Amino acid sequence: MAEIREKVDVCVVGAGHAGCEAALACARLGLETVIFTVSVDSIALMPCNPNVGGSSKGHLVRELDALGGEMGKNIDKTFIQSKMLNVSKGPAVHSLRAQADKADYTREMRKVLENQEHLTIKQAEVCELLWEAVEDKKRITGVKTFTGAIYECKAAVLCTGTYLRARCLCGEAITYTGPNGLQAANHLTDSLKSMGIEMRRFKTGTPARMDKRSIDFSKMEEQFGDERIVPFSFSTDPDSIQKEQVSCWLTYTNEKTHEIIRNNLDRSPIYAGIIEGTGPRYCPSIEDKVVKFAEKERHQVFIEPEGLHTNEMYVGGMSSSLPEDVQLAMYRTVPGLENCKIVRNAYAIEYDCINARQLYPSLEFKEVKGLFSGGQFNGSSGYEEAACQGLIAGINAAMEILGKEPLILDRSESYIGVLIDDLVTKDNREPYRMMTSRAEYRLLLRQDNADLRLRKKGYEVGLISEEQYQYLLQKEEMIHKEMNRLKNTSVGANKEMQSFLEAHGSSALKTAATLAELICRPELNYEILSEIDKDRVELPADVIEQVEIEIKYEGYIVRQKRQVEQYKKMEKKKIPEDLDYDEVPSLRLEARQKLKQFKPISVGQASRISGVSPADVSVLLIYLEQRARRN
Amino acid sequence: MNSDTIAAIATAVSDSGIGIIRVSGEDAVAIVDKISILGNGKKRLTDVDTHTIHYGHIVDSSLKSQVIDEVMISVMRAPRSYTAEDTVEINCHGGVLMVQKVLETVLKAGARLAEPGEFTKRAFLNGRIDLSKAEAVIDVIHAKNEYALDASVKQLKGSVSDKIRSLRAKLIYEIAFIESALDDPEHISLDGYPEQLMEKTESIIDELQKLAESADNGKMLKEGINTVIVGKPNAGKSSLLNLLVGEEKAIVTDIAGTTRDILQEHIKLHGIGLNIIDTAGIRSTEDVVEKIGVEKAKKYADEADLIIYVVDSSVPLDESDYEIMEMIQHKKCIVLLNKSDLDIVVTEDSLRKILNDEFVMIKTSTKENIGIEIFEQTLKDMFFHGKIQINDEVCITNMRHKAAILDALESMKMVRQSLLNDTPEDFYSIDLMSAYASLGKIIGEEVEEDLVNEIFSKFCMGK
Repeated sequence: MAEIREKVDVCVVGAGHAGCEAALACARLGLETVIFTVSVDSIALMPCNPNVGGSSKGHLVRELDALGGEMGKNIDKTFIQSKMLNVSKGPAVHSLRAQADKADYTREMRKVLENQEHLTIKQAEVCELLWEAVEDKKRITGVKTFTGAIYECKAAVLCTGTYLRARCLCGEAITYTGPNGLQAANHLTDSLKSMGIEMRRFKTGTPARMDKRSIDFSKMEEQFGDERIVPFSFSTDPDSIQKEQVSCWLTYTNEKTHEIIRNNLDRSPIYAGIIEGTGPRYCPSIEDKVVKFAEKERHQVFIEPEGLHTNEMYVGGMSSSLPEDVQLAMYRTVPGLENCKIVRNAYAIEYDCINARQLYPSLEFKEVKGLFSGGQFNGSSGYEEAACQGLIAGINAAMEILGKEPLILDRSESYIGVLIDDLVTKDNREPYRMMTSRAEYRLLLRQDNADLRLRKKGYEVGLISEEQYQYLLQKEEMIHKEMNRLKNTSVGANKEMQSFLEAHGSSALKTAATLAELICRPELNYEILSEIDKDRVELPADVIEQVEIEIKYEGYIVRQKRQVEQYKKMEKKKIPEDLDYDEVPSLRLEARQKLKQFKPISVGQASRISGVSPADVSVLLIYLEQRARRN
Repeated sequence: MNSDTIAAIATAVSDSGIGIIRVSGEDAVAIVDKISILGNGKKRLTDVDTHTIHYGHIVDSSLKSQVIDEVMISVMRAPRSYTAEDTVEINCHGGVLMVQKVLETVLKAGARLAEPGEFTKRAFLNGRIDLSKAEAVIDVIHAKNEYALDASVKQLKGSVSDKIRSLRAKLIYEIAFIESALDDPEHISLDGYPEQLMEKTESIIDELQKLAESADNGKMLKEGINTVIVGKPNAGKSSLLNLLVGEEKAIVTDIAGTTRDILQEHIKLHGIGLNIIDTAGIRSTEDVVEKIGVEKAKKYADEADLIIYVVDSSVPLDESDYEIMEMIQHKKCIVLLNKSDLDIVVTEDSLRKILNDEFVMIKTSTKENIGIEIFEQTLKDMFFHGKIQINDEVCITNMRHKAAILDALESMKMVRQSLLNDTPEDFYSIDLMSAYASLGKIIGEEVEEDLVNEIFSKFCMGK
């Protein structure tokens, strides 16, 4: 029988948010890439919430954009409402979130993929990975589809999302499909297991979608977008995206809702023990909320549009796997939803994924050269988390083929670094979601400075153009100059000065002070000082923003920078891949086992493995030094 | 980790004539310079030649007129020092208190208390120690850490670790609240929260200050010689304790956390601190409640520095006595042949045949106060001749705990300052976390996933 046999550089399995970024990165770096999807109509599908960004997730998208990813640009093209969250709090936790027109989002991303040079889209289910043995490892050589076609490749990136052996549950009704009734991928798991890859099972869920015409919005609070819209992408001109926005709506559950849920818990697959996968605690189903937070009298429900050209509305806050009849009864107790008609039922979905500790921070499998993975397959959750991993996995697949160093971001330079380090180092027992509290150096990792932190890396990799890079250098220069000027310009304690201060509720000066010192005062800022700062030249808003934050919060920022210095020292101490931990004397047994199992790439990573104590780290340092001196 | 400046007591912690504090790291000279006045005050430590020694005073960093000790300070600049880093050694007057006080001053000025074995580790990593000694270095670090870890938790008083746990629980709750509001601002609001937190912060600062004081008074640790009184019921154990405690020269302190069936007292005899535990009488028993008491007594006896075995010499030895003697065979022990005012059935000779030769035996009558003076004298001799001793590590552990408490206190003061300045929540939540982590060091607990777990268990997040 004749079979199709093709030769490419990279195979990307799955065309969700991770797969799209991975494939685009590889193709843009000049590698022949093919992206497989079970349905071309589901490229960059948003099967759950209709938005991008949010607390800490907004940071991820901006970082992705700084590195040359696509998600930020795509949401800028397709958003229908935008909001900067946490504006009353510190700049480090300001976070952008935009409601997407889901259909537009998918269409626009598909357009980008279809028009990308070196990239081929293929509708097919990948069933098997092909590999060969090299030394003590495996090496990927290709993939095989359900129809028997073989694509030889130098690297493969797995971004299978929630499709692997997927099972959807809506009460007693169980279907073996992926999200939105799409075909599941039932064969690849066996191939992965046969390669010695350890699989696990996670679950997640989504709420119902309702017909807009059946909802009474007069009983709900309207939620508007921001007046001035800030784009996600550093390459989007803010003026180009100011537009009319649509609203979301807020309503609440009540005691009646909770009673219906409690009375029907025995029919919930989770509480009846039918669901075996581990679900996320941060994204609980409404039944979970009612059981675990029994004392709460009501829970918020956000009604969000799915797009401009559909009547479907997403019921945020009420995901569920209860049976259809209970769902309808429960939703109808919520003010405004009394007569609601459900278009799509809420459901829970279970899927196969991996324990990501089998990966290096480059997202390559430790045991399989050329095999990378990203997204929910790695045990994360969320579009943004997926996209970031997809980008890094794609970049590193490309770097390997091109014979370059992998791009590994650390915890002190990005949320992406935190995300990946947590995934590959810690034992994650539920789908991993990014949270601002996970980033220990978050005062430095702001959404406003993602370009300053990461653009250069994107440029070095080859995904950021010379022009964009030159702009970054200019911006840096402007910030630097203005900071210096403010720190070195002092103002006297003269009469004009004192009355200016008094007018702004600020205490009088005893001696001369620098402009920077004045900006530090809580009641003053850069803008207010324009009155007395006569030598000021006009600067772009993003430059002023950086200058102001760096000066105003200098004390905190300097402290975190010092901590980062310490942290970096340990990250820089690399552990050779061939280190035999049995040769290291005096390691405690638990530490020795964990280190052998996880093969950390640096002493820093080793120190974050649970079960490795500071004393073990010291022992390891001494041993490495000894080894280095011997050689 | 390598560039920060560390300090520790380099000599044994004892009441010897002189003590040395060693400071090593980039800022060693600058830190000691901040807290020292050399000779007539014209010379600065930052200006002196390397490998020279100087007469001067250690003073409080904020209040220069307050002299802490008269000292000799030597400066050894990198790389010609033990650690190959800038090193300063302060030779101060001995005495546990004075040495501690000087070390504390150094820590306050910006140094960090060295981890066990850290000087040696640095010496090796900086190439000062020969490759052939690497294994030995590893062993030192390993052993010291194991010991310190063990000692640090074991020596902490139950009441203190309870206090620290409760403070940590309060802290993590507040952090989790702030963080869940930052992560999910549409579900959880921080309106009016800073005022509430201010109140809580003040109370935590208060409690930390009290803890720091108790560390000063040595009240955090079960300091002193752990002495356990054993013997079968009615042998006179409790009367002995009452006698020791009741005497005027004995200082009795309240010790919270006394267990139901074990009575514990802290006394000072001739300047020697004793933690005396009066155990339930040991005898073979089937009664469940009593059995628990006996099991505990055995456990205490096992961990004791010194055992006082009270024998009722008026009745023949029985099974319980044999069991006790078996248990204490390898310990330091004073045997009291009590009730010597009655007809004696058990003699010193008969016991000698069974017990360790080195055990001191004294005839006593707790009822008639006979032999108690001899007992006290014996105790004193044993202590001063080094037969029984308090471990150095107790004092060092205390320092380590105190440093951690002061770190937590410092962080909480920053929280207060941030609240006063109306700084946004995400800034001071970081300081709350530092305080939480510092306190964790005392009870040997790491931070790991605590916060994320607290957020999910206490606060209902969106979607």
